Amino acid sequence: MATEVLMPALSPTMEEGTLAKWLVKVGDVVKSGQILAEIETDKATMEFEATDEGRVGALLVAEGTAGVKVNTPILLMSEEGEVAAAKAAPVAAAPAVVVAAAPVAAPVAVVSKASADWPEGTPMKTMTVREALREAMAEEMRANPTVMLMGEEVGEYQGAYKISQGLLDEFGPKRVVDTPITEMGFTGIAVGASWGGLNPIVEFMTWNFAMQAIDHILNSAAKTNYMSGGQMGAPIVFRGTNGAAARVGAQHSQDYAAWYAAIPGLKVVMPYSAADAKGLLKSAIRDRNPVVFLENEILYGQSFDVPDLPDFTIPFGKARIWRQGSDVTIVSFGIGMKYALEAADILAKDGISAEVVDLRTLRPIDYDTVLASVMKTNRCVTVEEGFPVGSIGDHLASTIMQRAFDHLDAPVVTCTGKDVPMPYAANLEKLALVTTAEVVAAVKSVCYR
Amino acid sequence: MAVKKEPTKSNVSKEELLGFYREMLLIRRFEEKAGQLYGMGLIGGFCHLYIGQEAVVVGLEACTKEGDKRITSYRDHGHMLACGMDPKGVMAELTGREGGYSKGKGGSMHMFSKEKHFYGGHGIVGAQVPLGAGLALADKYLGNDNVTFTYFGDGAANQGQVYETYNMAELWMLPVIFVIENNQYAMGTSVKRSTKSGTFFGRGAAYGIPGEQVDGMDVLAVKAAGEKAVAHCRAGQGPYILEMMTYRYRGHSMSDPAKYRTREEVEKIRSEKDAIEHVRDLLLNAGLASDEDLKVIDREIKEQVNASAEFAKDSPEPALAELWTDIYA
Repeated sequence: MATEVLMPALSPTMEEGTLAKWLVKVGDVVKSGQILAEIETDKATMEFEATDEGRVGALLVAEGTAGVKVNTPILLMSEEGEVAAAKAAPVAAAPAVVVAAAPVAAPVAVVSKASADWPEGTPMKTMTVREALREAMAEEMRANPTVMLMGEEVGEYQGAYKISQGLLDEFGPKRVVDTPITEMGFTGIAVGASWGGLNPIVEFMTWNFAMQAIDHILNSAAKTNYMSGGQMGAPIVFRGTNGAAARVGAQHSQDYAAWYAAIPGLKVVMPYSAADAKGLLKSAIRDRNPVVFLENEILYGQSFDVPDLPDFTIPFGKARIWRQGSDVTIVSFGIGMKYALEAADILAKDGISAEVVDLRTLRPIDYDTVLASVMKTNRCVTVEEGFPVGSIGDHLASTIMQRAFDHLDAPVVTCTGKDVPMPYAANLEKLALVTTAEVVAAVKSVCYR
Repeated sequence: MAVKKEPTKSNVSKEELLGFYREMLLIRRFEEKAGQLYGMGLIGGFCHLYIGQEAVVVGLEACTKEGDKRITSYRDHGHMLACGMDPKGVMAELTGREGGYSKGKGGSMHMFSKEKHFYGGHGIVGAQVPLGAGLALADKYLGNDNVTFTYFGDGAANQGQVYETYNMAELWMLPVIFVIENNQYAMGTSVKRSTKSGTFFGRGAAYGIPGEQVDGMDVLAVKAAGEKAVAHCRAGQGPYILEMMTYRYRGHSMSDPAKYRTREEVEKIRSEKDAIEHVRDLLLNAGLASDEDLKVIDREIKEQVNASAEFAKDSPEPALAELWTDIYA
């Protein structure tokens, strides 16, 4: 009897991958542990091994096929002696089905075409958030010889999340520095280097690990310009993936947005789209102050339109209105925007017109845009992935109450992650995160619907 | 009666010895004055005096050239005076006034002078160690031959980030001199009660960093060791560790009752090892200066320190609008 070998999940967030190369052919007898294929994920190219013995009956996906979903059958394994030739479909035919199954990236569909960030008629190109971040760093490194990147696995490994892929080849080991696993030490070194005339970009493999280095981010980088009477700003960017990925448990799933946004002396950026990721990272690298740049692993592989301009930047402190609306204002940032935009789509079908505001930077915050929107819609719901106590939403609710109280027709409702350490179990993790359904329910509650 | 230390024979010039005497005396008189102003309520918060350790910074500053950098902990007044910062600006920062190096917004523990390449003044024990290595990384990256002096105490020497830094400093061959000012007490905890390591410099061997222990009460020994370390760094051979055996006469901070050591212990070091007395003896015994010559210097230093105190008292408090400036560069 033939056994199907399925496309494996090779990382916590992998949903699909590219079948880069077959290392077996039909008729080969394979042993357990033998490498069957090379599979390229958005993070790395991995070798995929056979778990059982058998004879290759058919290859169901052609070499080079991209977008192969996890759990798609990719190979038929016959038992020794079994003739599988009859079952083998023409190799080229199968992938067409697989490719057709790949979904269109949902969030892009609701993007407002009007933009305050680039002139009308600007040519656009589609790229992932990952590519946008990489392009931002590469462009700034080309433009300024004192910009350098350091962190764990940024060089020879090509980045734990492939953000820095290719940078070592282009810029060399002096400017793309692999560090030992020693967050507190290399963060302190980077801050010192920023005082010494460099513009370091520090990549934290995830922001969870930056907890070991938080003293240098706060006490050394953020406060020294003030403590020195303006003599010593730290032109440095701290960046990496923030918030929950998928099924990695409590120590690796935490949103630090509200933590860092509380600290004067820091600038804090949390982009959602690829255009914002690129334009804001370029601004961050040019800034004379320490910038905390919070990325998201789930967003890395998502594609957006990015202006095809030689030097595209986005200033800090300018929110983006993704969708105009009249009944309620939904304010979010980072991956929270995914839920906000999905909710707005659903609400539109129920006749509720939601205005969706992406803060983009959390220090400074564009209060004016939020307040103007709330004064127009008279209702506000905030969406974020972080913990509820002392959240960005709490801060916005308090600001709106103090500055737009008379315009409110309902209390501001904050949608956040739940007040629990992130559980591992799939069902509990889903429950712990903020959801589109919760945003829809919150909006309906403030609209008294 | 305690036996005085035999003065070190040296080919040091008269001018240099007189310079050492003057600089060390400035630090001591400045710190004594700071102690007085603290007692009068003119200096607030934490105030950590450097009295007793003067030979360390003065001897090492004698090895520096323009462009070299220095960074230290919160016990930082001596380092600032030794690298040429104005005593008036330092004292006015202690009193929290507009004329201070940080416009009164940093205080005793957080002072900086980019002009003099003094990078603080850091209040978190051990934080200055990777920061100093980072300054050295920048110099290496920029391709100059500057050296960074990174000072920390025996207390900080037990912080994990020191060893993270040792590892990377040697791995990347950074031009940084780690100066451990071993004054034998981490606040109130003696070295004996905090480690079983025989020496602190010896820990560098685990990372391949050479180092040595130095009599930190002897400014000439400090200078000689400093020159060796600087040559090592400038030649691109990576970091070097100097463990300066020194002693602080005063408490950890102004509020330290010093119950962890005896008065006799302090008196014994003062009478046998004092760094300023050592240079004074060298000058007098070799006939390089007379009592009268030194009295002239003493008087000049006293006037300089008094002037700094007057400046620090007269300088106005920062304007209230200063609360909101300098948060961002």
